Amino acid sequence: MRLPLSLLAALGAAVLSGLAAVGRVTLFALATFRHMLSPPFYGREFLVALGNVGWLSLPVVGLTAFFTGGALALQIYAGGARFDAQAVVPQIVALGMVRELGPVLVGLMIAARVTSSIAAEIATMKVTEQIDALVTLSTHPMKYLTVPRVLAGIVAVPLLVGLGDIIGIFGGFTVGVQSLGFNPSVYIRNTWDFLEPLDVISSLVKGLAFGFIATLMGCYAGMRSGRGAQGVGRATKASVEGASVLILAANFLLTGVFFSL
Amino acid sequence: MIELAGVTKSFGANRVLAGVDLSVGRGRSLVVIGGSGTGKSVLLKCILGLEAPDAGRITVDGRDAATGDREAFLACFGMLFQGGALFDSLPVWQNVSFRLLRGALKRPRAEAREIAIEKLRRVGLSPDVADKVPAELSGGMQKRVGLARAIAADPQIIFFDEPTTGLDPIMSGVINDLIREIVSEMGATALTITHDMTSVRAIADEVAMLHGGVIRWTGPVAALDASGDPYVDQFIHGRAEGPIAALR
Repeated sequence: MRLPLSLLAALGAAVLSGLAAVGRVTLFALATFRHMLSPPFYGREFLVALGNVGWLSLPVVGLTAFFTGGALALQIYAGGARFDAQAVVPQIVALGMVRELGPVLVGLMIAARVTSSIAAEIATMKVTEQIDALVTLSTHPMKYLTVPRVLAGIVAVPLLVGLGDIIGIFGGFTVGVQSLGFNPSVYIRNTWDFLEPLDVISSLVKGLAFGFIATLMGCYAGMRSGRGAQGVGRATKASVEGASVLILAANFLLTGVFFSL
Repeated sequence: MIELAGVTKSFGANRVLAGVDLSVGRGRSLVVIGGSGTGKSVLLKCILGLEAPDAGRITVDGRDAATGDREAFLACFGMLFQGGALFDSLPVWQNVSFRLLRGALKRPRAEAREIAIEKLRRVGLSPDVADKVPAELSGGMQKRVGLARAIAADPQIIFFDEPTTGLDPIMSGVINDLIREIVSEMGATALTITHDMTSVRAIADEVAMLHGGVIRWTGPVAALDASGDPYVDQFIHGRAEGPIAALR
């Protein structure tokens, strides 16, 4: 009897802890929005964050999208051959990249590259009393550290997703034309004709949501970091785990919303 | 000028401050001594609002530290952190003039840079340090940059958190002398926490000993050796035997 009860207690504790974490993240997000809407605004910090989140993520996002688009073309061609549907490669690559793989892969790449970096940087600042120093210098850490990074995520990640979509389609096009014998102009026309504005809008909206989640989780974990190197390590790990799970959950919800339109 | 009355602060079951009463007069230099883990840093953080006291009252110039305009309140303070707490991502001059580049005290960038270089010179650093990043500096130089940042906006009150920790004796002496000179010439009120007795004798007008969460003794630095308090005696002479347990 004791074992089932203790298992139930452990489960209850885990649920309560999870709910408390959801509450803390929600309050952190609300505080971030509140600070976004009131001065002072740190334009220079925003531009630096924009460079880190957007520009410096381009190589990894581009390569990921290109290889994924290429692999997708091969898979669809091989799978389509089973029921004589190889011709739909351009349409399915475009739809798959724009509606699903582009935003999700870019979101996860941003979680790996940007969320971890933000969490480690802010956690180190906390451990070395730099956050306390900010406060004593009359600078609110939320305004100076969190708001510029989250805004940069909201602005840069949709652009990265758009670029990732294009590069992914180009990866499929390259494989389709070079290896699978598609006519280039037919491939492009089929891609262009098949995509609808809502596909692109859903992709960019997902990018906006994922950018917000990725940067917010990095800031949140960094600000809540424990002491020492272990605290920084835990904060970094927690930020990537949290951002990845939330990005996938948000993708599911947003896909459901756009699917119903 | 700075008054603490019955300030308490606990972290879970650990009661760090158990009713601290302390007063620092305008333009005076008070050094708080005490062993590691006795709550000296927590005391400073409570005054600055970085930690919220559980009970008690802290006033600065008669103003309650917990209420009112935080930015105006903090504008009175400069602080030298134990590890320097310099911003890694900014060059030295922007660290020093951080407060002058944004907020109510904002100046044009060129003027802020000039002030930063002047303050660096004041703490014995040459202008070529201005464009380096903190990681390129030695521990002693980082402390000096931290000191330059603390005095950049000519604050009325300066806090020094373990200013000589991690420095060799010669560099400690340099930092101590700088603190004494700067506090005297600025006419600032200084509150220093340390367990370095050389610093105490170099910096302090008055000394207070924090032990067991309360101020055990307070008096002028000249009276330190004749305090008659066994806790103070044990601490200033660094004896293993005495009322203060060696293992904490």
